[in-house]
Amino acid sequence: MTLALLNIDYQTLADATALGAIYALMAVGIGLVFGVLRLVNFAYGQLVMAGAFALALASQWGWPVWAGIVLCFAAVLVLSALMDRLVFRPLRGHSPAVMLVATFAVAFLLQSIALLWFGALGKIATSLASLNRPVAIGGVEIRKITIVAVVVGVLCLAALTLLLERTTIGLHMRASSLDFQTARMLGVRANRVIGVAVLLSGALAAVVAVMLTVQNPLVTPDFALRDTIIVLAGVVLGGMNRLIPATLGGFSIGFATGLLGGALPTNQSQYIPSFVFGAVILVLLVRPGGLFTRGQAVERV
Amino acid sequence: MSLLSLESLEVRYGGVRAVRGVSFDVASGEIVALIGANGAGKSSTLHAIMGVAPIVGGDVRLAGASLRGRRPEDIARSGIALVPEGRRIFAELTVEENLRLGFAARRSRASADALLRSVYALFPVVEEFRGRSAGALSGGQQQQLAIARALVAEPDVLLLDEPSLGLAPTVVDVVFDALAAIRDRGLAVLLVEQRAQRAVALADRAHVLANGELRLTLGPESAADTDTLVAAYFS
Repeated sequence: MTLALLNIDYQTLADATALGAIYALMAVGIGLVFGVLRLVNFAYGQLVMAGAFALALASQWGWPVWAGIVLCFAAVLVLSALMDRLVFRPLRGHSPAVMLVATFAVAFLLQSIALLWFGALGKIATSLASLNRPVAIGGVEIRKITIVAVVVGVLCLAALTLLLERTTIGLHMRASSLDFQTARMLGVRANRVIGVAVLLSGALAAVVAVMLTVQNPLVTPDFALRDTIIVLAGVVLGGMNRLIPATLGGFSIGFATGLLGGALPTNQSQYIPSFVFGAVILVLLVRPGGLFTRGQAVERV
Repeated sequence: MSLLSLESLEVRYGGVRAVRGVSFDVASGEIVALIGANGAGKSSTLHAIMGVAPIVGGDVRLAGASLRGRRPEDIARSGIALVPEGRRIFAELTVEENLRLGFAARRSRASADALLRSVYALFPVVEEFRGRSAGALSGGQQQQLAIARALVAEPDVLLLDEPSLGLAPTVVDVVFDALAAIRDRGLAVLLVEQRAQRAVALADRAHVLANGELRLTLGPESAADTDTLVAAYFS
């Protein structure tokens, strides 16, 4: 039951696939907003963190699981909408650098608020912990959350694809991410397109918050911070301005991180980000447009 | 009665005064041409009407209502459609998706099918290739798609920025014939063109812009008068 050479067993492969699915969702969430705003939202991880604290509070208050998930979605969506109205919209006409720095500010602000409210030690979200129990499939023990993460990831991406391909707002979003000014001159409403992209991105952050708290129930103010940085690397790796390359980039880097986590001895797992970023630099040197883009087209950022 | 009115329009990019005190009107059922050398302010005038160039003085009125300071999408939704320079087709979307984008500014609840049929009648090639990726079309086909995309919004005013640029002469004929047909449908058409002679011949009036200022207005009878045209460009 082992790929002896790399010392990787099937559990590790399954866990790596699940992490890949979660990171793919984060990559798509970041990519959706980048598409319409040409903005890398560095505060994305803090949206996930806020959702995770909502789950932790709900479990502390003894709420049923479904109510905790509803609270998680509500918190993340409200926070996303506020971010759009209070930060993105007023700064939209400014240079990308200004908006980028603004998302850094938002990220640190949210992290500081979490530190003030919940303390550095954080809280524990236990309500979905039962998903960590294994089931045996063909003699291989796989944690339930692994299966749930992959299924939910595929369902979310399928639903998003349908929305983008089959609905009018989806068409408007695709056109806006290709050429926003022309889309607006055709009558596409900028505020609506951006608002929907920000909310969809927020909904994905909420899904990610649920998945990550199952795997890592201790929610601290820096929850999902490392994941976000790795996913951002993955999005760059895959190609920033298309959803499919971003998804593949997110999945690959999650999968690679999962495999390294399983393959490296436990006492060396702190080196995982170094390996990951080393690989990103190598890929970008060879293919500056990203791993999964056609040709060498690097579009305006 | 004029539908679109420019009143002492001033457009400035940084320190550059691109349009200086330009006034003219376009009524329903007529074509007004804007001609002039590169950098004369023709495109800036169209961009100012669409709300994507900064108006620093004067006004643009649609049926009397000021458009100054309104968002491009609201201007599109109030009944002005632009066929932009370089066509700005969404190459990665299909021809039909490009047309559906044109519906974004549609005000009436008219059936989409009827609108599509009416633009297909004008541009059969757009119907023929509707399932294809728009990027696979030739330049002339893309230009027809760009005009069709503007028309499905059922605009009252159609702005065109250099629609014949880079097209083969036979395709230019198709485009100019379509513009005449669009005028006959009762739209107000404002045409920016480099092919001065053809534009002057087609238009009810042609304004010559130079250095951001309106220098001269020509009627269709001047189209054959090459001396006047050349003098207008280099005045």
